[in-house]
Amino acid sequence: MYVAVKGGERAIDAAHDWLSEERRGDRRLPALSLDQIIEQLSLTVARVMAEGSLYDQELAALAIKQSRGDLIEAIFLMRAYRTTLPRFGYSNPIDTGKMSCIRRISATFKDAPGGQILGPTFDYTHRLLDFKLAAEGDDKISDDEYDTLKVHHEVHEQSKDIPHITEFLNKDGLIQTEVESDTTPDDLTREPLELPASRALRLQALTRGDEGFVLGLAYSTQRGYARNHAFVGELRIGYCDVEMDIPELGFSIDIGEIQITECETVNQFKGSKKEPPQFTRGYGLVFGQSERKAISMALVDRAMRWKELGEDFVGAPAQDEEFVLYHCDNIQATGFLEHIKLPHYVDFQSELELIRKIRKEALAHQEAAKSEDNQPLEAAE
Amino acid sequence: MSEYNFAYLDEQTKRMIRRAILKGLAIPGYQVPFASREMPMPYGWGTGGVQVSAACLMPEDVLKVIDQGADDTTNAVSIRKFFEKTANVETTAATSEATLIQTRHRIPEEDLTEDQILVYQVPIPEPLRFLEPRETETRKMHALEEYGLMYVKLYEDISQHGQIATSYSYPLKIEGRYVMDPSPIPKFDNPKMEMSAIQLFGAGREQRIYAVPPYTKAVSLDFEDYPFEAMKAEGCCALCGADHTYLDEVIIDDDGGRMFVCSDTDYCESRRAAGHVGAQGTPQNQEAAAS
Repeated sequence: MYVAVKGGERAIDAAHDWLSEERRGDRRLPALSLDQIIEQLSLTVARVMAEGSLYDQELAALAIKQSRGDLIEAIFLMRAYRTTLPRFGYSNPIDTGKMSCIRRISATFKDAPGGQILGPTFDYTHRLLDFKLAAEGDDKISDDEYDTLKVHHEVHEQSKDIPHITEFLNKDGLIQTEVESDTTPDDLTREPLELPASRALRLQALTRGDEGFVLGLAYSTQRGYARNHAFVGELRIGYCDVEMDIPELGFSIDIGEIQITECETVNQFKGSKKEPPQFTRGYGLVFGQSERKAISMALVDRAMRWKELGEDFVGAPAQDEEFVLYHCDNIQATGFLEHIKLPHYVDFQSELELIRKIRKEALAHQEAAKSEDNQPLEAAE
Repeated sequence: MSEYNFAYLDEQTKRMIRRAILKGLAIPGYQVPFASREMPMPYGWGTGGVQVSAACLMPEDVLKVIDQGADDTTNAVSIRKFFEKTANVETTAATSEATLIQTRHRIPEEDLTEDQILVYQVPIPEPLRFLEPRETETRKMHALEEYGLMYVKLYEDISQHGQIATSYSYPLKIEGRYVMDPSPIPKFDNPKMEMSAIQLFGAGREQRIYAVPPYTKAVSLDFEDYPFEAMKAEGCCALCGADHTYLDEVIIDDDGGRMFVCSDTDYCESRRAAGHVGAQGTPQNQEAAAS
């Protein structure tokens, strides 16, 4: 009997129960705590905050736990929560020049004021599995020991007030000057995207865009699809204070601190009809420690600036703002991609009818053509 | 769910959506950009329709949700539950009892009335999208009423296949001006679009809302010598015997045996309740006695 689409409600409930059991896994093992995720999977937390466009480590950790480690699912949870939050104001722009850097490198100058700070990087590690980590040994320490270590960290590992490298080039007029503006940037999450988009809007889309997608586009520019000859002028990771003006007080106060990664690229540029030969810039800024994303973002940002710099549009995907902005969001992409799992039998039915009809006519044509072909042959014999 | 506003969205967002709806009604068939929100269900699951429904729902509304014509398909169940939870409105499966119907891929068989709103979930609102992928270009084409490309496509279909090879999402011209995508409803449903109810279309991911007001001209594109033809599977519903409804094909055994049944489950059930019996159906009173 016809039962295929019945029982949807019970099926959904049962699926949810099974999912929650699978999420927890083997219950003889202790459950993951949010603190453990924040402390030991911090780069995962950073990615979920960046692409979820919400700086909150605890919520990101919760989303990761709830999504069984499916990061796009976790990002989706963050976004869906974020959109329900009221906006009670806007912070002042953060000053990355005042960042407490844990890492700061330049690939364009051997040394510069502020120095090169390698920081906690994978760059020069040998990618050999460390089987010691697999051993169960617990390196937990006491609260007292922790406090001592923390003081040590604060004194020795953070440097403040490090000037931006590109400013040195700017003094000689060798790098293009960014146009300063105090206009309130558009908000991608509050207005529908309309093209052409401002650079601020493009950067917003890129910073919350999918890391893999932005990386792939950036890589394509390096391989010749709108090559823009990028050097990492500076890459810095650290903490910035977030300040907000409180009208009732009449002054601004610190409301917290966020970790961010900033990348400024210096790009070769031979000049165009509009601009003299000079270095040009690409910019990347991402929540958390996320240098791959920040560098990628800077390269794609630079590629999309072809119009303002008077370069040619060579048809490369990374230059095409409509292509980039409409496809970099992984929540939109995954939703539309995965929705083809939903029932489509009505559409499919109408396609079935159409194909049957067209096929019948085509076959009839073939038959007719065959018998026509045969006749003159016989006649020739 | 007291932590969320009535029908989930906050009032500011609803106001923004209502303005887009009003603009859409004022310019039938025109795609109005709106600041679509991230909903707690994925894009592609009907977020546009859900936002439009949320902006229209009033506490006294009676809601019906269908997917593929049926009230009990998984996603229809999920969306209905969402509004039961967040808006606490009465829900129904009966088309005539509903004041607001959210649908995916079908128009109910029963005629709708002036007191009803039909909300469509739309995946790709742009009828020209697969002829021209750029939004910047297609918006220009609509503005200039330049629909030649679409007619060329229909013509090429006829020259290659002897007929227009579009079976769903079949484009219509609304009130003699905008060419509109009716969402992926089968073209069987296109003639029903000139109706008494308000029709609203929500595309969440693509951030577009559009509308067809009651009694608006909605003409499926065609040629004089190749007129538009609504199409459905030949045959009758095996359960209720209807020969005028859109039918789903159901495979019933390993040898590919099949039967056809109404895709509109509520319509089929009410016909059976009224005593209609199809070739493989059992009269309703017997079924009740058996269970």
